[in-house]
Amino acid sequence: MSESGQESTHRAIERVARESYGRLVAYLSSHTRDVASAEDALSNALVKALTTWPKDGVPQNPEAWLLTTARHSLIDLIRHQRVALESEPTLLHLREESKEMVSSTEFPDERLKLLFVCAHPAIDPAMHTPLMLQTVLGLDAARIAQAFLISPTTMGQRLVRAKTKIHDAGIQFEIPQERELPQRLDAVLEAIYAAFGLGWDDMAGVDQRGRDLAEEAIWLARVLLEQMPAEAEARGLLALMLYCEARRAARRGPDGRFVPLSEQDSRKWSQPLIEEAERHLAEAASRSRIGRFQLEAAIQSVHAGRARSGRTEWDAIVMFYGQLIRISPTLGTRTGYAAAVAEAKGAEAGLGVLDGIDPDDVSSYQPYWAVRAHVLQRLGQKSEAADAFDRAIGLTEDLAVRQFLLQRRG
Amino acid sequence: MQFALLIFEDPAAFAARNNEDEKDPYLGAWRAYHKALVEAGVYVGGNPLQAPETGTTVRIKEGKRRVQDGPFAETKEQLGGFTILELPSLDAALDWAARCPAASAGAVEVRPVSAVYLRRVTG
Repeated sequence: MSESGQESTHRAIERVARESYGRLVAYLSSHTRDVASAEDALSNALVKALTTWPKDGVPQNPEAWLLTTARHSLIDLIRHQRVALESEPTLLHLREESKEMVSSTEFPDERLKLLFVCAHPAIDPAMHTPLMLQTVLGLDAARIAQAFLISPTTMGQRLVRAKTKIHDAGIQFEIPQERELPQRLDAVLEAIYAAFGLGWDDMAGVDQRGRDLAEEAIWLARVLLEQMPAEAEARGLLALMLYCEARRAARRGPDGRFVPLSEQDSRKWSQPLIEEAERHLAEAASRSRIGRFQLEAAIQSVHAGRARSGRTEWDAIVMFYGQLIRISPTLGTRTGYAAAVAEAKGAEAGLGVLDGIDPDDVSSYQPYWAVRAHVLQRLGQKSEAADAFDRAIGLTEDLAVRQFLLQRRG
Repeated sequence: MQFALLIFEDPAAFAARNNEDEKDPYLGAWRAYHKALVEAGVYVGGNPLQAPETGTTVRIKEGKRRVQDGPFAETKEQLGGFTILELPSLDAALDWAARCPAASAGAVEVRPVSAVYLRRVTG
């Protein structure tokens, strides 16, 4: 095969790996509850594809080929684990399915169940997002570790432990019952949003770690929505992330300088992404089940409105934050509310809101100090503002944000 | 538990210390970082070190003193100082390391302080 032919075969493998990874892992592990073995089997299949596809050509249905090959590998893996007696029913099941598979190329999409497994209450909440990124999207531990600021070895070990727990604790691959669905879905949404990891680009508190994963998070939200189109909050989350993503190009100047939301050139915002976000938000709102992500998306929708009207409707933002605080009184929400109040009702009122937050809670929370510095500066309280700027600068890990704040501090 | 942040800086960062300008951004970033550590109640101690060429390395080989000008290791980035922090976990230490101005300019190594060995040494 020619070199370019080989290249296109490699690209084909990459593409099918990327698009099918989660579907295959979800399906392979849904009966065995053994995510780690499913992943091992799939990597074996991918390695085999790398050696045989360039010779024999890419099969008609690459996904089915991978599934069949991975399933054989999984049978071998389980056999080698020498727990023959215990695993006999599983093996039988896999063999039965293998026979059926020969005639059929269709297999059910179990990714939704896998998402619920990853965000199961028995799994350490800190591992929900890393598990999703690995099992549903196929990201490797090293890349996930970068995003979460953990050493690659440690992340690898934690992922292995979490997968062992899934198996040993007997966590079922199923959609939760109606009774527990809201809470369980919430955990899935939280984990996806954590991958997105920003939410603070508007207040000089950009989280460098999350940025790389923004696209992966949007992908996860689309997977979720594909299977639960009626869930208003899932749609709200996708809308929220699309609004933020739309501003990506405007968040840095040509020289890499940090540009706060209020100073961004709205012509640099992506209109197609904003329009898609608006459609999702409208669709979510039509279901009359308001929630945290829809409210956060609504706030971003008001910001996006500046591209049309040239001004930001701060009163509307204050109103949405007021509702948001009632259902989700987090530090982030309260800080955002304070910033909005400072714009809508004046810096004095904004400072009042900030003063209502316990100082112990914010000792290492950067956005609070950035907003406080900004508000104090507007009030002309120079030395207090400089102190707050220092706290915000000292808590920033983003070089561009640090330079921006140092400049503002004067 | 305690963690040491070992600050590694390149020659440019060491040279910048001679800048008398009180508005120097690297100095400003360090002042702010120090204040944030103290205000968060995690700062135990630490010190900046003078430039690597001021170092002198001593060894006793076969009973004889061997003295060498310069630092222990010849690398582009050199130890420029250290900070000791009291923190609940390595994760928290890595967070603070990421906020350190030297993390953008050089590198910050996080090492747990060995409390066990300290007890064996000090008795």
